[in-house]
Amino acid sequence: MMKNVVEVRNLTVVRSGRPVLDGLDLEIGPGVTGLLGPSGCGKSTLLRSIVGVQQVAGGEVSVLGEPAGSAPLRKRIGYVTQAASVYDDLTVTENLRFFARVLGCPDDEVAKAVEAVDLGTHKDAVVGRLSGGQRSRASLAVALLASPDLLVLDEPTVGLDPVLRRDLWRLFHELADGGAAVLVSSHVMDEAERCDQLLLMRDGAILAQDSPEAIKTKAQADDVESAFLKLVEAAA
Amino acid sequence: MTPRVTFAVAGRVLTQLRRDHRTAAMLLVLPCLLISLMWWMFEDSLGEPFDRFGPALLAMFPFIVMFLVTSVTTLRERSSGTLERLLAMPMGKLDFLLGYAIAFGLVAALQALIAVGVSVGLLGLEIEGSVWLLGLVAVADAVLGSALGLFVSAFAQTEFQAVQFLPAIVFPQILLCGLFVPRDTLPEALSAASDVLPLSYAVDAMTHLTRGTSTSDVWVDLAVVAAFAVAALALGAATLRRRTP
Repeated sequence: MMKNVVEVRNLTVVRSGRPVLDGLDLEIGPGVTGLLGPSGCGKSTLLRSIVGVQQVAGGEVSVLGEPAGSAPLRKRIGYVTQAASVYDDLTVTENLRFFARVLGCPDDEVAKAVEAVDLGTHKDAVVGRLSGGQRSRASLAVALLASPDLLVLDEPTVGLDPVLRRDLWRLFHELADGGAAVLVSSHVMDEAERCDQLLLMRDGAILAQDSPEAIKTKAQADDVESAFLKLVEAAA
Repeated sequence: MTPRVTFAVAGRVLTQLRRDHRTAAMLLVLPCLLISLMWWMFEDSLGEPFDRFGPALLAMFPFIVMFLVTSVTTLRERSSGTLERLLAMPMGKLDFLLGYAIAFGLVAALQALIAVGVSVGLLGLEIEGSVWLLGLVAVADAVLGSALGLFVSAFAQTEFQAVQFLPAIVFPQILLCGLFVPRDTLPEALSAASDVLPLSYAVDAMTHLTRGTSTSDVWVDLAVVAAFAVAALALGAATLRRRTP
């Protein structure tokens, strides 16, 4: 069996007195893993726990063999939050150059990251004047700097043009082929087919973790959305 | 702490400021306009010497402006997610804080240079002591303002709230710093209060510098301002959390 990139044991997160995640167990391996579930089911909280920016009430999260959030991991994880976390008053290149300096990676990584997200023609544009999709791609480019071993992407394809969405999924698979583990969340079920592995999530619990094919076969469903529904009904 | 990262933050903050022409112009020009207005009110119409309040104004502006700018910018970093992203990267909390302190310290030095130039050159303020030391006091004062602004930004959820900290934290210091009533003639309780407020020491330092050439008192005041700035930076560091709820 291949070594797990992320291991989560009995993870519990409580927010304003309410458990958001309650004793979660899961493993994430190499390749592209999709974390799918409706809005508000705890996807972002789980991703934040993996990156190590979430206050957790209990349990263990280890990433690449180290406890989540520990100093050696900070250079090895590329993280994109749901909101584009870039400076609106700087250009795309200025943003990337700044984050590259923080990460201590050479300036030529900047041009590579800009190309990877296809923002070459907008590289000198101030981020605040770009469209929503372009801004989130600028934010994604920051996560690609310093060739991270794990990419954690919180709904990176929301609101994007289908052509662009296809290109980004292609990019995720290229990165996975290059050896990085890619964890992508989405609330759009039809993105499930593009993942190597799936984590289906609802109400802070994992409904299933397997490949899309295996999940569909096990639930005797034609697509992942129907499988999701069957799993919810079976659990009820 | 890594100097590379500290200077990356400082450089980025300055680039952002340079792009925002309106803010940059306000930072540099507004203090001069307000100082000129005070000169016009007091010296020109009341015949009171500008020397009495000129030094206090030179101490006030870097403090107020940097407090305001820093509290709003760092709040923006907190709410836009850039702070979370930076703290998930190999960035020390001190790198972040000192980066801001360096950038705004530089702006404050420039601001002081212009304000002192206008006060001395156009408005006839006489400075007996060293102009360089005056600049140093202005920078320490600005760093203090930045550090306090950074600290309070942790307690504001919106920019609207952040701005409200100005009357809460800064106004009492302006009222008690000796600008309106000399500190030694204040009622005992207020005088004691003014003794524990940092702006009082910055104003004292400026006053010493304009009135005499002896620098020993100035260094003591400067040390007090610097100590307050370091304490505020430490408190600010405590509000930067890598893990948030």
